[in-house]
Amino acid sequence: MATAVISTVVVFTAIGLAVVNSPGWPSVREAFLNGEIFRASFPDIARAFVLNIKIFLVAEAVILVFALAIAVLRSLPGPVFFPIRAIAIIYTDVFRGVPTILVVTMLALGVPGLQLTGIPVSAVFWAAVGLILVYSAYVAEVYRAGIESVHPSQEAAARSLGLSRLQTLRYVIVPQAVRRVIPPLLNDFIGLQKDTALVAFAGPVEALRQAGIDEAANFNFTPYVCTAVLFLALTIPLTRTTDWLIARDRRRRAASGVA
Amino acid sequence: MTAAIAIEGVHKSFGSVEVLQGVDVEVQERNAVCLIGASGSGKSTLLRCVNLLEPVDSGRILVHGDEITARNVDANRVRRRIGIVFQAFNLFPHMSVLENVTLGPRKALKAPKREATDRATELLTRFGLADKRDEYPDRLSGGQQQRVAIVRALAMEPDIMLLDEVTSALDPELVGEVLGVIRDLAQSGMTMLIATHEMGFAREIADRVCFLDQGRILEQGPPERIFTDPVEVRTQEFLRRIIEAGRM
Amino acid sequence: MRTRAVAMALVTVLAAAACGSSKGTTASPAGSAGSNPCAKGNLTLVTPGQLTIGTDNPAFDPYFQGPTGHEWKGQFNHDPYNDQGFEDATAYAVAEQLGFQKSDVNWVAVPFNNSYKPGPKNFDFYLAQVSYSPQRAQGADLSDSYYDVQQAVVALQGTPIANVTTLAGLKSYRFGTQIGTTSYDVIKSVIQPTQSTQVYDTLNAALQALKNKQIDGLVVDFPTAYYMANVQLSNGTVVGILPSADSGSKEHFSMVLQKGSPLTQCVNGALSALRADGTLAQIQDRWLNQAAHAPNLQ
Repeated sequence: MATAVISTVVVFTAIGLAVVNSPGWPSVREAFLNGEIFRASFPDIARAFVLNIKIFLVAEAVILVFALAIAVLRSLPGPVFFPIRAIAIIYTDVFRGVPTILVVTMLALGVPGLQLTGIPVSAVFWAAVGLILVYSAYVAEVYRAGIESVHPSQEAAARSLGLSRLQTLRYVIVPQAVRRVIPPLLNDFIGLQKDTALVAFAGPVEALRQAGIDEAANFNFTPYVCTAVLFLALTIPLTRTTDWLIARDRRRRAASGVA
Repeated sequence: MTAAIAIEGVHKSFGSVEVLQGVDVEVQERNAVCLIGASGSGKSTLLRCVNLLEPVDSGRILVHGDEITARNVDANRVRRRIGIVFQAFNLFPHMSVLENVTLGPRKALKAPKREATDRATELLTRFGLADKRDEYPDRLSGGQQQRVAIVRALAMEPDIMLLDEVTSALDPELVGEVLGVIRDLAQSGMTMLIATHEMGFAREIADRVCFLDQGRILEQGPPERIFTDPVEVRTQEFLRRIIEAGRM
Repeated sequence: MRTRAVAMALVTVLAAAACGSSKGTTASPAGSAGSNPCAKGNLTLVTPGQLTIGTDNPAFDPYFQGPTGHEWKGQFNHDPYNDQGFEDATAYAVAEQLGFQKSDVNWVAVPFNNSYKPGPKNFDFYLAQVSYSPQRAQGADLSDSYYDVQQAVVALQGTPIANVTTLAGLKSYRFGTQIGTTSYDVIKSVIQPTQSTQVYDTLNAALQALKNKQIDGLVVDFPTAYYMANVQLSNGTVVGILPSADSGSKEHFSMVLQKGSPLTQCVNGALSALRADGTLAQIQDRWLNQAAHAPNLQ
C-alpha cells in the first residue's frame, strides 16, 4: 500500500513538473486554465448543462427498453420470424453505420420541415429521438451478446418448469444477461452522455455549445475546461458505482452449475 | 392400465449422428424406472425428449395415454406436469433459493405469492433446506443445490419426475444426501424415470432397470436380474466395466 | 488613358503657373486649377470630364432598382443608370458632391472579386456591398463607410412576429442565429428575449430552422437578411432593422478605389458632407427602410 502511494506521488509529480516547466506553459495556461474566465463562464455553462442532463436521462430510459425489444426480436427462432429478424438486423446495421451527428441533424432539422400536424417541432425532441435510434442499435447488440452468453441450460431449466419463451426471457435470461454486460452498457451510456452535445447542431444551446459561444466571445479556451469538469462530475460517480455493483454481483454468476 | 409414460419407437438425430435409434420404454404409475448405459448412449436425450425439450424425429411419446409428441400440443402445459432435474443443477444464480422454487408456481401456474411461498417452505423444510431459503445458489454446496433443484421441480406438483444423472456432478460425500431425497420420493409413490450411474442405488429403488446401448433399449428387467444375471453380452461387458471402476 | 489624363493635368497646371498667379491674387473659384485637389477640374479621372463608376453585374436590389438596361440585363438585374436603389442613389449623390452632373456619369461592370485586387482600374470608384477588411485595403483604397451594417430580423410571412413594429415587441419570441457572430450579441444585449436563443453552425441550418418554425425570427446582418427574405425564402419578410449592440465590430461598406488614388480623399470628403447634411440618412430611409420594407425597430 505504501509503495503504491509513493510511486503514485512520484509519477504524478514528475509529469506535473515536466508540464509546468515546458517552454509554452505560461501561454497554454493562460489560454486553457484562466481562472477568471473559468469563474465567469461556469454559471452559464452549468445552466446549459441541465439540457444535457435532461436529454441524457430521458434517452437512456427509452434506450434501455427499446434496445432490449430489438435484441429479443432479433433472437426469435424459426423461419416464420425471419422478416422480423431481418428488420432488426437492418436496423442495427443502419443506425450503427451512419454517423450519429448526421442522424441527429437530419431528424432535428428535417422532420419538422415536413410541417405535419400533430408532430412535435422541437429540435430537442428530434435530437433525442436521433440519439435513441442510434444508441439503441449499439445497446441491442450488447444485449444480444449478453443473452447469447447465458448458458442454454438456463433456458432449458426454465422451459422445463413450464415457463413460456417470453417468461423465460423475462425472469431468467434477461436478468442474467444484463448483469453480464454492465461494463459495455456503461461504456455506451457514457458515450450517450457526451453525444448529448450533438443536439447543439440543431440549435439548442447545451454545455459544449455554450462553451463555444464563450470561446468566440473571449478568444480563450478555458470555457471548454468548465464543460469537461461538468461532464466528469456526471460520469465518474456513475463509473465508480457501477464497478461496485458489478463486484457485488459477480460471485453469484459462478454458482448453480452453469458451465 | 395406462402407463404413465409410454415411449414408442422414438428416433432422434443430431446432425448426422443418430442418438436414439428406436427406443421403446414404459413407465407405470408410481413406479421408478432406471436407465443405465454408457456416456453418450442417449439417456439424457431420451429424458429431454420426454420433457419436450427436444423434438423427436419419429415415434411417439404418450403421457397418461395422451400423445404429447403430436402436433398442436401445448408444450408448456405438458412441461408443467413433468418435472426434470439436471446433472448440472441449473439453478437460477440471480435468484434466492426461495425465488428459484417459487418462480414456476407463480408464473407458470399463476399461483398467488403467499400460496407459492408456503408450499415452497414446506418442501424445503421436508428436505432439510429451510434455513437456506434466502441464500443464493453460490453459497450452497453441490448437494444442497441439487436438492434445491429437486424441490424446485417438485414445487410444480408434477405427476412424473425425470432425473438426469443428478448425482454425477457431485463430490462423493454429497451424493448420499441427494440419493436420500430420491429414495424418499420413490417411497412416496412418485412416478420416476431416472438416468443414473449409481448402480447400487438403482438396484435398491428401481422397479425396472433398462440398459440403453447404441440408441436402443438392449435389455430391461427387474434390477436383481439385470445386475446379477444379464442376458446380453454388451450388458455384461458394461456391468463388468462398472464393477472394475468400483462403482458398484 | 490615365497617363494622358495625368499629362493633361500637368500641362494645365504648368500653364496656369506660367500665366502667373502672383502673390496676393486670390485663385479664381470656378473652372481652372486652384489649390483644391478635389475640385472637379483637378481630379484624376479614368476618362477626363467623366466620372466612371463601377459595380457588379448583376446589380441586385435593394442596392440597385428599376428596370434592366445597358449591360445589366436579365432577371434580378437593375440598370445603374436608373438612379434608383440604395447604392445607386449614394453613388449619384457622391458624384454630385464632386461636381458631376448625371449626364457626366458612366457606369462599368466589374466582377466583385476583381474590384479590390491590386493593379490599374477602369473605374474611378466602385461600390457593390464591399465590406471593409484590412486584407482588401492592402490591394486597393477603401473609402470611409457609406453604410454601417446593422442587424435585422428575418421571419416568415403571416406569422405573429412579422407584425411586430417595436423592439419591445420582439422579446417574447424565439430567435436563432449563427455561432460567434455579432448577431448573437445583438440578440442577447439588444432584444433580450425571454425564450432561449438557438445557435447554429451555419446560416443555412438557421434558415432551415426558421422554415421549420423551430425559431420565430432569424437575426443576421441586413444585406443577408434581405437576400434571405426575398430570394432564399418564398414567404420571407424582414421584420425590421435592429439598433446596434455596444460591443462587437462595426462592419461597414466602403467604396473601392485604386491603391493610392488621389480621388480617395475626395470621395471621403463627399461622404462626410453627405453624412453631415443628412443626405445619407435620407437615402437609407428611402431605399432601405421604405422601399425594402425594413423599418427601424426601436
